[in-house]
Amino acid sequence: MAEEVTGSSPPAKSQGRRRGDGIFRSMTTGSSLAIVVSIGLIGLFLLIQAVPSLNANNINFFTSPEWSTGDVGNLRFGIRDLLVVTVLSSLLALAIAMPVAMGIALFLTHYLQPKFARPFAYIIDLLAAVPSIVFGLWGAKVLGPSLEPIATFLNKNLAWIPLFSDGNVSLSGGGNIFTAGIVLSIMILPIITAVSREVFRQTPVMQIEGALALGATRWEMIRTTVLPFGRSGYIAGSMLGLGRALGETVAVLIILRSATSSSTFSFFDGGYTFASKIASAAPEFSEPLSTGAYIAAGLVLFLFTFAVNALARYVAGRGKAKAS
Amino acid sequence: MTATLTDPNRPAQTPAFQKISPGRQFKNYLAMSLMGLAFLVAVIPLVWLLFTVISKGYSALLSGDWWGKSLKGVLPEQFAGGVYHALYGSIVQALVCAVIAVPIGILAAVYLVEYGNNGRFARITTFMVDILSGVPSIVAALFVFALWVTTFGFETSAFAVSLALVLLMLPVVVRSTEEMLRLVPDELREASYALGVPKWKTIVKIVLPTALSGIVTGVMLSIARVMGETAPVLVLVGYSRSINFDIFSGNMASLPLLIYNELLNPEEAGQLRVWGAALTLILLIMFFNLVATVISRFSAIKTK
Amino acid sequence: MAKRFDIKDLNIYYGKFHAVNSVNLAVPPRNVTAFIGPSGCGKSTVLRSLNRMHEVIPGARVEGKVLLDGEDIYASNVDPVEVRRTIGMVFQRPNPFPTMSIKDNVVAGLKLAGMKNKRELDEVAERSLRGANLWNEVKDRLDRPGGGLSGGQQQRLCIARAIAVQPDVLLMDEPCSALDPISTLAIEDLITELKKDFTIVIVTHNMQQAARVSDQTAFFNLLGVGQPGQLIEVDDTEKIFSNPSQKATEDYISGRFG
Repeated sequence: MAEEVTGSSPPAKSQGRRRGDGIFRSMTTGSSLAIVVSIGLIGLFLLIQAVPSLNANNINFFTSPEWSTGDVGNLRFGIRDLLVVTVLSSLLALAIAMPVAMGIALFLTHYLQPKFARPFAYIIDLLAAVPSIVFGLWGAKVLGPSLEPIATFLNKNLAWIPLFSDGNVSLSGGGNIFTAGIVLSIMILPIITAVSREVFRQTPVMQIEGALALGATRWEMIRTTVLPFGRSGYIAGSMLGLGRALGETVAVLIILRSATSSSTFSFFDGGYTFASKIASAAPEFSEPLSTGAYIAAGLVLFLFTFAVNALARYVAGRGKAKAS
Repeated sequence: MTATLTDPNRPAQTPAFQKISPGRQFKNYLAMSLMGLAFLVAVIPLVWLLFTVISKGYSALLSGDWWGKSLKGVLPEQFAGGVYHALYGSIVQALVCAVIAVPIGILAAVYLVEYGNNGRFARITTFMVDILSGVPSIVAALFVFALWVTTFGFETSAFAVSLALVLLMLPVVVRSTEEMLRLVPDELREASYALGVPKWKTIVKIVLPTALSGIVTGVMLSIARVMGETAPVLVLVGYSRSINFDIFSGNMASLPLLIYNELLNPEEAGQLRVWGAALTLILLIMFFNLVATVISRFSAIKTK
Repeated sequence: MAKRFDIKDLNIYYGKFHAVNSVNLAVPPRNVTAFIGPSGCGKSTVLRSLNRMHEVIPGARVEGKVLLDGEDIYASNVDPVEVRRTIGMVFQRPNPFPTMSIKDNVVAGLKLAGMKNKRELDEVAERSLRGANLWNEVKDRLDRPGGGLSGGQQQRLCIARAIAVQPDVLLMDEPCSALDPISTLAIEDLITELKKDFTIVIVTHNMQQAARVSDQTAFFNLLGVGQPGQLIEVDDTEKIFSNPSQKATEDYISGRFG
């Protein structure tokens, strides 16, 4: 034993070790490469299969509300309505979830005693464990009908605001963007809360103690130290939530009622988002050209979420640079 | 403060402590109440939803055939059979996905922590993992459809679903594994190097075992996450009312797909099946979450 | 078993930063050499370069020669893994492997190198634990995790682990800085015993410790902020502590600075 160890390095063995290191290293590098390549492939494949259909499209892809892909000889599809419904429902979700998530995150990090913070945070995380189809089910069957009186009230009294004017589906049953947005807000609450909680918790203790020692109330301390410190993280978390809302499929598909006329830019519209439109047509993906129309919609959604997520990362990265 | 000092009704002796003005105090309490309220606002839908699913679905779970039978030959208006076929599909699709995604995810995380040195390629990988975690499940499904079905010409199948789920599981596994590997103290790596252990063996025998429980926890959570995904099964596999063991061909049920299909059944029996399956799905996901929590208790790394 | 070190014109860089300037030093076998000096003077860096542990840090590189019984450990055909098997190291903070039992910790180096014979491993474990003065304290709980031991016991466990692979040289990087005085004493006694079999180089912040355990002492110093660390002088410990030839050494030892 001692001889082997102490002698000048036996070349065979040391080469074996180098080979072991080399193999393992290339395995890990290869796995990383696979992930990087897969993102590129997603964009590439969607693009390749969308182009023929986009070329065969007889109306403007971006500005037309029409969507008929049944006749391959006369493809007519535009994403205007998909875009409107997707953006309206996601922004409504964000508008509700952002303040609530901030409240919860501050409550968990700076008001609750640490021993309660963990179980209470767990309760919020439970929301993330509920599958989206169950959210859809509950939204369509339980929440939607319960929201009907509120929707009717808003529609009656605030109709002068375009967002609350009459939509293209009936208010009964609640199969509109209003319900979908609220359900989406519940679904994205956990991610925004989790990210915000993390950054709020990392507020430097020295800053907090500095503020408290000046005689600041707890709220003043939060306003002067925690919020400025955590702002970029909070915004990044909200962007991540927005990305989720934009891409959510089945909950929206179940909740939204399909509409016969085009969107009126109202919360009481029905219709489809990008994701729910694709999912609704999935059983009929047989004709490449008509499938390509949906793939084109998918590509737009992919680019959209890519941009939102990249922005979230950028904001978070800038916040980190500032904090350090 | 000056207001208090000039107050003609002030006590003869100044108080020991300077009082906070009522406005500041009010704002402080208001902020606190709003935050507590925000928490309640989030708890209400959770409780409401869970209550709805449990109260509407529990009776289905108590029926004798629920766990052991499929819906083969069961009429829409008849409450009989069970979700055995869908349970099988959900679990198998998630496990096949895990078999592919877990090794790739762990190796990629090892690259990021042990080899990447925060170099250019490591930063690109981290960025792409972030992007991948934001890819909507419907886009992942569409991509697999474009690749597997349209380009390669395979039929839609449970395996295609698993492929789409891989894209959704990978970022979760990479992130959680990366986080766990970074918690392993460098001192352990150095101790191993100082004993003359090569780097790859140090990673395989020292670093990974130390982080093991955390990694397994992350894997369990990621399995729970993909089990709830509906979009890939809607696009990539047909629904079947009977059991199909073959992941490479034919239709295969899963719990989300069963719920989606039975939703179109207006009969009472169909609705009972819908809520029952929803409850079953939640329980299944909770089970994996619970396993994850239990495993994380046995962590070898002290995080304090 | 024990071998001699000859360090010739050793320069160490981190990227562009010149960390240590031109060290020349001879470490005789079966002898304890202590490195002392103020924080940041490069003594730990020099120590780590003696078994190529500094290579773990990206950007670190070395110029010059480190000869172990005449063989350069930086020669192009030498694998750093082989170097580290020959030159063991004990770290500032005890770092037993948390997933392994006490016994597995001791024989970790051999097991990872592929030794499977259980009887032989048991023998090595006992021999090494006895060598580290730990056997009597842990012989009844060899299968328990190493993390359950006290700090001092953990450090002796790490020493047992280091000597189990039968190195020729033991490098110790402030091995007692995280320990209480009683554990420190136990380690110091152990060092005195280990010197019969090993060449030992120890970095310490504690001058009494250097005086107690070492035969030869090397004093490192910084000439200024941003300047590389320097070896000021090296001599018999007794001479360094009674009658150093350099003014800086005398100032440091008498506590006038550092």
